[in-house]
Amino acid sequence: MPNSRTVSQPAITQAVVTARSSTLRTTAGLSEFEVSRLAAELDAIRAEVMGDLGAADADYIRRVIAVQRGLEFGGRALLMVSLFPPAWLAGTGALAVAKILENMEIGHNVLHGQWDWMGDPEIHSTTWEWDAVSPAAGWKRSHNVVHHTYTNILGKDRDLGYSAIRVDPAQPWKPIHLFQPLYNLGLSLGFEYGIAIYDLELDKVAAGDKPWSQARAEIGGLWQKIRRQWIKDYVAFPLLSGPAAPTTLVANVVANVARNVWGHTVIFCGHFPAGAQTFTEDQLVDESPGGWYIRQVLGSANLDGPPLLHLMTGNLSHQIEHHLFPDMPSNRYAEIAPKVREVCARYGLPYTSGSLPRQYAGVLLTIARLALPGGGRRVAGGENAGWM
Amino acid sequence: MITSLPSLPIGLRRLRDAAERLTTPLLPDDYLAMINPLWSARELRGRIVSVVPETADSATLTIAPGAGWRFEHRPGQYVGIGAALHGRFRWRSYSLTSVPTARTDTLTITVKAMPEGMLSGHLVRGLEPGTVVRLARPEGDFFLPEPPPPRLLFITTGSGITPVMAILRTMDRRGSMTDVVLVHSVPDPEAMLFRAELHDLRDHHPSFRLHEQFSRRDGRISLTHDLQRLCPDWRERQAWVCGTDSLLEEAGRVWADANRAPSLHREKFASARIGNASAGGSVRFSTSGFAVETDGATTLLEAGERAGILMPFGCRMGICRTCVLPLTAGRVRDLRTGTEHEGGHQMIQTCINAPAGDCVLDI
Repeated sequence: MPNSRTVSQPAITQAVVTARSSTLRTTAGLSEFEVSRLAAELDAIRAEVMGDLGAADADYIRRVIAVQRGLEFGGRALLMVSLFPPAWLAGTGALAVAKILENMEIGHNVLHGQWDWMGDPEIHSTTWEWDAVSPAAGWKRSHNVVHHTYTNILGKDRDLGYSAIRVDPAQPWKPIHLFQPLYNLGLSLGFEYGIAIYDLELDKVAAGDKPWSQARAEIGGLWQKIRRQWIKDYVAFPLLSGPAAPTTLVANVVANVARNVWGHTVIFCGHFPAGAQTFTEDQLVDESPGGWYIRQVLGSANLDGPPLLHLMTGNLSHQIEHHLFPDMPSNRYAEIAPKVREVCARYGLPYTSGSLPRQYAGVLLTIARLALPGGGRRVAGGENAGWM
Repeated sequence: MITSLPSLPIGLRRLRDAAERLTTPLLPDDYLAMINPLWSARELRGRIVSVVPETADSATLTIAPGAGWRFEHRPGQYVGIGAALHGRFRWRSYSLTSVPTARTDTLTITVKAMPEGMLSGHLVRGLEPGTVVRLARPEGDFFLPEPPPPRLLFITTGSGITPVMAILRTMDRRGSMTDVVLVHSVPDPEAMLFRAELHDLRDHHPSFRLHEQFSRRDGRISLTHDLQRLCPDWRERQAWVCGTDSLLEEAGRVWADANRAPSLHREKFASARIGNASAGGSVRFSTSGFAVETDGATTLLEAGERAGILMPFGCRMGICRTCVLPLTAGRVRDLRTGTEHEGGHQMIQTCINAPAGDCVLDI
């Protein structure tokens, strides 16, 4: 089973990814020398940008933060008179956009340490807390450490289907997966809670790999954060809007859910569409920096679209660039994307990319197909062909 | 938010706690700062009011501090100032030269542009009035006790005069000038900070004696040879010495030989605070008290683990930032890029940085 995914790379005809065995797969058929040269080329792309960071970049993140805070303030102010339908609509929209910006372009990227180079304790991975129920500390561990180090490795990268959804035929099928289209919808609506519970790593506690005392402390921290978030969105602001309390409450629920659905969509499009590959643990043995880079490229997928899409996805639309250089400021991904793409093409590495609707449709198809046992064979027919 | 907050009046604090219910996970300060950066007490800030040249390569900066600042420093203490240079905050410490009093809303520091100093040059020449800088709380144990000792001796060189200037101004303002001798050495009269003001003080206070030594003309001061002549009763005085490393070392020797070490106060200055070794060095872990010697290829994380310290770590390859720790002092080098980071107010990744000279990590 583990080897059955290696061959199919439709749509990417130049791919020489016809690797033969699992131990060779992260090298994508490249020689050791080619892998180290690839690593040097990617290192050079990184070094060029990191050496060039300056005031313009600092201005960028401060501007995004100012816009986000302006939108949040404006949205909440409009909702004070949310009995007036246009105010409700505009306020809810502004608040939803503010929350999305806060979680994606600001929170996610600040917590990655992309802006640590500025030396500003107010915009720093060690001090940032985001507008979501999951405390930043737990997320940084499960996301920055586990997911970004062990990207798309079955059994290691817990982000792979968030341990609940079968997104890869190599994951063993269980009867519960029959319902996965349904609970994927639930996960989408309540994504922030899904992430929060997932960060507790209860599966590890059950397996005895994580002490229960630690999990209990984390649950305490999570509950505190949830309470603060709930009091803000579901008590304090509705009460402040007086007679408009019910409509403000609904607006805040809608904004939070919209943010959840958006985040879920973007993140699922980053790793699980057709074209993005998964790996097995034996590939970690003696993995070189070049091998790690290759795994990041093969395990990620980009989204094509206008600059506004890139901003609203927190530049996770440049998932490949983000996975190669997780601590590079996100505003620089767009400029290096053509270079990374060119390097990938020269080394015959598939660079998966597609529009949001196409990629998301592919993800949903995969989830639907893999609800049933099997699915180890993909039907050819284009980039977004799901697992059929 | 996990930031230690400067003290605010109780009423303001209550109001802020209430408003925080609405702004969580941010602080009300984060929104106020959008209107006026000085209204945020999350980080101490100050606005540059004026930059007045003192000599060819120095200037006095008047700064209006924002919320959370208290004019409670001791005369002689220094303050950290952080300014963004090409997007990065750089920090240096400078002696406060203003008199600590509640009846003011500004503070002053006097900065000399160092030949190698990126920030000092920027502060002296590149800072527009209106710029908002970051401030750190006043620190340092080189300050005038209250009440001032009856007999004092100050020995300073160059910009080492700055903390002493704060002390003299305070005694002048408070009318508490005791029997004071100041021995001050600079290359020439043009390079001397506060020259007119020091002459004024001398003219107004009979108990204040000033010896100016212009080293280009008179040669350098040698404490071993000149002290007895310049201040015959130095053994009976509390002494404050601020200047170059060699001056401080000599003072240490002279006072120790005379068995008077307890009455000597010394302040290291300027260039002495920057290490310059190219590779490796000793790493001190300040909280645990351990220290290890390393080469330039051993990461701080490995060095710490070797010393038996429970270092935080994650990916061990520079991507996850689990391992970041405050670099209190010294320099480190990023093994991937060769970029050097300087301590002071920096968080650095221990898994990909190696010491470049001696450094101190806060763990």
